[in-house]
Amino acid sequence: MQRLSVSALLAASMLALAACSSKPAAELPHAPAVSTSLPSQRGDFGPPQGEPIQAVLTSPPNVPPPIHRNYPAKVIVELEVVEKEMPISEGVSYTFWTFGGTVPGSFIRVRQGDTVEFHLKNAPDSKMPHNIDLHGVTGPGGGAASSFTAPGHESQFTFKALNQGIYVYHCATAPVGMHIANGMYGLILVEPPEGLSPVDHEYYVMQGDFYTTGKYREKGHQPFDMEKAIDEHPTYVLFNGKEGAITGDNALAAKTNETVRLFVGNGGPNLVSSFHVIGEIFDKVQPEGGTHPQENVQTTLIPAGGAAIVEFHTDVPGSYVLVDHSIFRAFNKGALGILKVDGPEDKLVYSGKEVDSVYLGDRSEPNLKAVSVAAQAHAAGTQTKEEQVAAGKQLFTGTCSVCHQDNGEGLANVFPPLAKSDYLAADPQRAISVVTHGLSGKLTVNGHEYDSVMPPMAQLTDDEVANILTYVLNTWGNPGGRITKEDVARERAKPAPANAHKEEH
Amino acid sequence: MARRPPRWLRLAGWLCLPLMATGGMPVALAADARYAALPGGEFASVLPADGKAAPAQVAPFHLRTTPVTNAEFLAFVTAHPQWQRGRVAGVLADAGYLSHWVGPTALGAAALPQQPVTRVSWFAAQAYCETEGARLPTWYEWEYAAAADATRSDARADPAWRERVLRWYGRPSNTALPAVGGEANVYGVRDLNGLVWEWVDDFNALLVGVDSRDQDGADKLRFCGAGAISMQEKENYATLMRVAMLSALKAANTTNNLGFRCAKPL
Repeated sequence: MQRLSVSALLAASMLALAACSSKPAAELPHAPAVSTSLPSQRGDFGPPQGEPIQAVLTSPPNVPPPIHRNYPAKVIVELEVVEKEMPISEGVSYTFWTFGGTVPGSFIRVRQGDTVEFHLKNAPDSKMPHNIDLHGVTGPGGGAASSFTAPGHESQFTFKALNQGIYVYHCATAPVGMHIANGMYGLILVEPPEGLSPVDHEYYVMQGDFYTTGKYREKGHQPFDMEKAIDEHPTYVLFNGKEGAITGDNALAAKTNETVRLFVGNGGPNLVSSFHVIGEIFDKVQPEGGTHPQENVQTTLIPAGGAAIVEFHTDVPGSYVLVDHSIFRAFNKGALGILKVDGPEDKLVYSGKEVDSVYLGDRSEPNLKAVSVAAQAHAAGTQTKEEQVAAGKQLFTGTCSVCHQDNGEGLANVFPPLAKSDYLAADPQRAISVVTHGLSGKLTVNGHEYDSVMPPMAQLTDDEVANILTYVLNTWGNPGGRITKEDVARERAKPAPANAHKEEH
Repeated sequence: MARRPPRWLRLAGWLCLPLMATGGMPVALAADARYAALPGGEFASVLPADGKAAPAQVAPFHLRTTPVTNAEFLAFVTAHPQWQRGRVAGVLADAGYLSHWVGPTALGAAALPQQPVTRVSWFAAQAYCETEGARLPTWYEWEYAAAADATRSDARADPAWRERVLRWYGRPSNTALPAVGGEANVYGVRDLNGLVWEWVDDFNALLVGVDSRDQDGADKLRFCGAGAISMQEKENYATLMRVAMLSALKAANTTNNLGFRCAKPL
């Protein structure tokens, strides 16, 4: 934690910020508005006053209530380390090491300038020693050096919360990565003296990556896998320590026309989170937990061992999906949460689906224009062979050309050629059956034997088949001729020949 | 609260002696069935002898084949009332001392005779060992013995060895401890991994300090073991975790799953 001297530039920017603030200065109970973002010198508001206060700790996704206090106090935090087996996914259990029995650990809320008397208790059932490093502490190890605690014992240390902001805390006992990977992290909020702006909901969400010897969702008890952790190949990437911790019945809730503030942390141990809420735009973000907000943010980057405060207004009801937008983590490793917003629709902001129709894309214009020209001409009884060839050429592309190639030469030994094809020339009418019924087994084309399968092109209409075949017969040195829609209809009505493609049933 | 073990031990730590003085006269050893002989020798400890890479030298020694049991410790406190719960000085054992026993000289349902004794301080363990003409093993002795499996004197390179150690770490200890007498290793010693933590003589000379991340940081000279924090084989974190546990302790501390066994020179 660096003590920066207040530069003129910084001071100027803060004055600007204060001027932009919607909060009238008169509302601030204790410190002037400019103090909200001054460095830590200003965080020392003198010795603690009044009676010591027992800190309210909450389990995720809940956040302790705002402080509403206008003097620095002595705040007592009692946090117990508990090692316990809990589900990490449905039917999958894991031995978590926790601060307060949950992953992430209990949320701690103090006021800038408070003197925090911290009691770290290690449950008698614990197998491991633990300690705590709070990123909101100014001092060696962030408290770790003073809180190394054997099972069944308690450590105490005291710090002054000099800097406001949202801070990660975590265990720093060797092997540090393993203690963090087992869930030993949480958040501590150091409120600015004037408090945070009032909102309708505050929630606590923290991402973590987990490493198990078994695969993702492999059932049973899964031990920690150090190899995967060192390789940074997580099995799970989760919000609040469990797949489904904040989905379904556990989803975060809000109503329309409310403001929501999320305290989003990332315990790591390895991954950086691209935190995003699908369907929302963050009106305000305090990136990296810092003081200066950013506005209108889609996705905010949360470093391992870092946190952010995001705020947004709910306008449209529905389910909003919290994700790590490194998106395979969301859909293949569990990094999903839901914020369910209830209330009346606002069709002016979001309409819902207004049109549901077929979209042909660029198949209709201009590429397949010849097809519709041919179809109209046929209907009018004025269709020429040239119109058929033009239509057939466009239909050939994308259907037949996939195998027989654009130049009709096929692929040697796999797909027979249509160009200068002796098989085609020998019986042009036979080609109709090949397209409508398919063809499988051995045949010889231009002296080469093929043994392959062509499925029936049942998706093509009689008209389309007629045009395609007319195109093929009049291209690449083939003998010419014309196939009509009626020819195709007649052939299609016949039973399939013995060498037609056999559907497997 | 005793924050440190006696001065002679601290001095031993300062001097970086790989083996601690026994604190007593050499004892002529009749064959003691409770002990197995280990040959010792050069050993690649996770805590290099010089803080860098030098192997440890382990002299031949005897090690108890099993941890001390509740029944054995009951006999000890019966014969030595000053070590009974309620009588022992607070500087020698904290409030958890033998607190799972039903009475100062009675075991009860939560402490079966053949379970390893736990919730004993380093001082109490050392006093017990003296009654067997022994002492607590040094870290090097303990680590050397625990590196073995049923067929090899050093099985640490085998992932299966590490897995077995880690499996125990990965379970909270909220269920009753098994009785002593697990599978014997190649020396005939049992239960080194997977039953309880065990005191070692030089437990507080192992790790630099309380924040494992200091690496070769400022407090390097505070303890003899300081250089050792740059662990020889970081991958062998299974052993590192035991070092971390022992480093968290003070000599008067007791925990639910911390017991001991004794050693003596050949």
